[in-house]
Amino acid sequence: MKSEPTFKGILYLSAASTIFLLAGLFFTLLRHSLPSLKAFGFGMFYRSVWNPVSGDFGAFPFIVGTLFTAFLALAFCTPFALAISLLLGEYWRGTTWSGILQTLIEVPAGIPSVIYGFWGLFLVVPLIRSLESKLHVAPYGVGIFTASVILSIMIIPYAASLMIETIKLVPYDLKEAAYSLGATRVEVIRNVVLPYARSGVFAGILLALGRALGETMAVTMVIGNSNFIPKSIFAPANTMASIIANEFTEASDPLHLSSLIEVGVLLFFLTMVINMIGKAIIRRTVSGAYG
Amino acid sequence: MKKLVLLGLVLSFLLSFVSSAKAGDSELVGAGATFPYPLYSKMFEVYHEKYGVSVNYQSIGSGGGQRQLLSRTVDFGASDGFMNNDQLAKAPAKIVHIPMVLGADVVSYNLPGRPELRFTPDVIADIFLGRITQWDDARIKANNPGVSLPSDSIVVVHRSDGSGTTHIFTDYLCKVSHQWASRVGEGVSVSWPVGLGAKGNEGVAGLIQQTPNSIGYVELIYAAKNHMSIGVIKNKSGKFIHPSISSIAAAANIPQIPEDTRVFITDSSAPGGYPLSGFTWILVYQDQNYGGRSEERAQQLVKLLWWMAHQGQQYAASLDYVQLPQKALTKTEKIIESIHYGGKRLLAEGKY
Amino acid sequence: MVDNGVSFRIFKDNLFKWSLVLVSFLATVPLFLILFYVAKNGISSFSWTFITHLPKPPGEAGGGILNGIVGTLLLIGWSSLLSIPLGITLGLYLSEFREGFFSYWVRLCIDVLQGTPSVVIGIVAYAWIVITMGGFSLFSGGVALSLIMVPMIVKATEETLKLIPSALKEASLALGVSYSKTIFKVIIPSGLSGIVTGILLGVARVAGETAPLLFTAFGNPFVNWNPLKPVSALPILIFNYASSPFPEWHQLAWGASLFLVTIVLLLNAVSRVVIRKWKVQF
Repeated sequence: MKSEPTFKGILYLSAASTIFLLAGLFFTLLRHSLPSLKAFGFGMFYRSVWNPVSGDFGAFPFIVGTLFTAFLALAFCTPFALAISLLLGEYWRGTTWSGILQTLIEVPAGIPSVIYGFWGLFLVVPLIRSLESKLHVAPYGVGIFTASVILSIMIIPYAASLMIETIKLVPYDLKEAAYSLGATRVEVIRNVVLPYARSGVFAGILLALGRALGETMAVTMVIGNSNFIPKSIFAPANTMASIIANEFTEASDPLHLSSLIEVGVLLFFLTMVINMIGKAIIRRTVSGAYG
Repeated sequence: MKKLVLLGLVLSFLLSFVSSAKAGDSELVGAGATFPYPLYSKMFEVYHEKYGVSVNYQSIGSGGGQRQLLSRTVDFGASDGFMNNDQLAKAPAKIVHIPMVLGADVVSYNLPGRPELRFTPDVIADIFLGRITQWDDARIKANNPGVSLPSDSIVVVHRSDGSGTTHIFTDYLCKVSHQWASRVGEGVSVSWPVGLGAKGNEGVAGLIQQTPNSIGYVELIYAAKNHMSIGVIKNKSGKFIHPSISSIAAAANIPQIPEDTRVFITDSSAPGGYPLSGFTWILVYQDQNYGGRSEERAQQLVKLLWWMAHQGQQYAASLDYVQLPQKALTKTEKIIESIHYGGKRLLAEGKY
Repeated sequence: MVDNGVSFRIFKDNLFKWSLVLVSFLATVPLFLILFYVAKNGISSFSWTFITHLPKPPGEAGGGILNGIVGTLLLIGWSSLLSIPLGITLGLYLSEFREGFFSYWVRLCIDVLQGTPSVVIGIVAYAWIVITMGGFSLFSGGVALSLIMVPMIVKATEETLKLIPSALKEASLALGVSYSKTIFKVIIPSGLSGIVTGILLGVARVAGETAPLLFTAFGNPFVNWNPLKPVSALPILIFNYASSPFPEWHQLAWGASLFLVTIVLLLNAVSRVVIRKWKVQF
């Protein structure tokens, strides 16, 4: 093995380069957000002015907008993802139907987000507008609610795929023990499968959340681009990702640009923490199931 | 086999790299205003057919045009709001404003029955301030006797990106409303008191079309081309004026254009002048020798600008823009002639 | 003898099952709606002109999306060129050195990179390449997309290579074959299907990426091959035309959507076939 130091050298080098790459990424983001950090400090995270004329920036409305849309999308998507994963991981394991459903569930993950946005603009927005006029709220059509609906369609595959895996991991002997005591399937699911797969289901939701927080194009196209703290679930808003997509190439003031990058940094850390927690739970679940 | 394919791929990429690097200067990159975009893209299409030079113009908004020029990622920026002294002082070198054509912001709306509405300046300001919220507000009705207005709330649409269209609009509102001047101010992007944001003139026009009971402001051609309702606005002399080539030209006829051409012509005092008219500018560095640019490329740019200011003007009228009046054209020519490459004059080599 | 309690429980059981079926298939409705909409609106703009011509100025009918098609292909080419070698090497590294401090950190970095929102990747590529090289370019777009592709290829490579039993490697080494030859002639060929799948999925993913391209590849109404100049891409084209007021442009955007969806779904389908046909099995 030692006869070929160059080959191993290349392996090590590429590994080291990854760490440099990520360190560089951190450093770049931080350096470019320094001017706004200096100007506003942590005020960026709780102040709600976004005024390019006076050069005063606080990202609170976008933080609220992001969390609002992402959690609403999760609320919409969880029942669907859970139903799918119970069907595929428990009821229909290995049947033809499960193959078909599995494919139908996975395909949406491959459709580009800009196409979700385009489709949303022409089909979902008018639908929601007519819903809004029935409910007697301002019929914008675009807004948090619309963005969440589209987002939830997009994240179902992510949530479901992990839930299916964890539900499949529930040991047979546990389930069989419950059946032998006379439990029906729904009782087994409620009392054995779900409690056992709880943390995996939670991890699936977290990963879908990480995905929802960072989603840009589809949301940008239907959220209404308003820089205020949304007052209702139908209100137009902006998310952290959408404000960056909208203003990044056109922010003429360096402070404005730097503020946008700081929003990017926050988004980066937020998704990173959520993904890390999710992955840690998965690791624990998987090692728990086998070990 | 796989290696061969990979090698082939790499080679073809390198080849394209080399071959295109040679022909590299037959492309110019510009970015900025969406306001003149329909006209510019027509001009650049013709220019490409005639001279083989492709001009890549991305309509990302005037704010974007200014910013990308400042960070020197484009050959020229385009804006319909001018840069103020502060911004120019921050630029790495001297930037000149070249007026290219005139256009107008129009107030466009989406109402059932497509009535033609008349607006007074204070009503426009108060709608965009969120102080008039219903279509059947007494003050809108007062100017439009006999028009049936729905008792629905007004959906305001504005730009979400930095925009010269916004700059013209807010400059006008500052002139006609103290409330606006003190609460919002003017600029390429402002902190809007109400409404939905959309990207570009394209986006605002699209959103107005899609949203019943909405109102917003777009460049004339965007509303005209899509057969959207256009508001008639009362000007300084008390006349209600339709935006048109003649009423914009009337507003453009100002006694004195400053040397650097940075002037807004909103709230025109000309009796037939449309109050929301404005110049649109191309922004370039006066000294083209920067960032390793070739002289050839600088030459291409200057030739293009000269062509746009002369032969290019013929495409303006059919797209509802107004040609540069003689007074402005003289200034434009003078400024294009002043562009140099490290002190060397560029235009001497011939104009199209 | 079945008493009432039991039959109620069985009824509940059935009810639950069928509501699961209902809800699950309800979740697939949007997919059909999207595909139907894109196909219905896109098919009419499909023609030879559509894929061989450049877009027309706003409001003029006709024109095509040649600039977007070429741009997307070039961006895929560049990002593959940058990410495939690095991705495979890294996957190899992680499968060869599974434990240890360094591997832990490399794996963590890959995880973080994979979770980074694409819009943030766009910011980074803008700061690294666009500002440094003084202009938007095909190359900067390629870099941004490769940052998205690398983690996908690494994961796919690592997962597949891990499945290959160490006996295979040891047998080769015991025969006196050098380490690098063992990797290239034994390990990688056995795991090729997984690696290819990873690459295909990576390509499918970046073909539809939009956000990072807005700050890097930028868009171009003409066809451009030069890596130092801006290019268009199908997703940028769709985004710009979708939000415009011109019906002619909506038509172009639907056509471009159909084109893009077809490519992406085809790539996904091929990757499925690859993984099923040449599954790594020992």
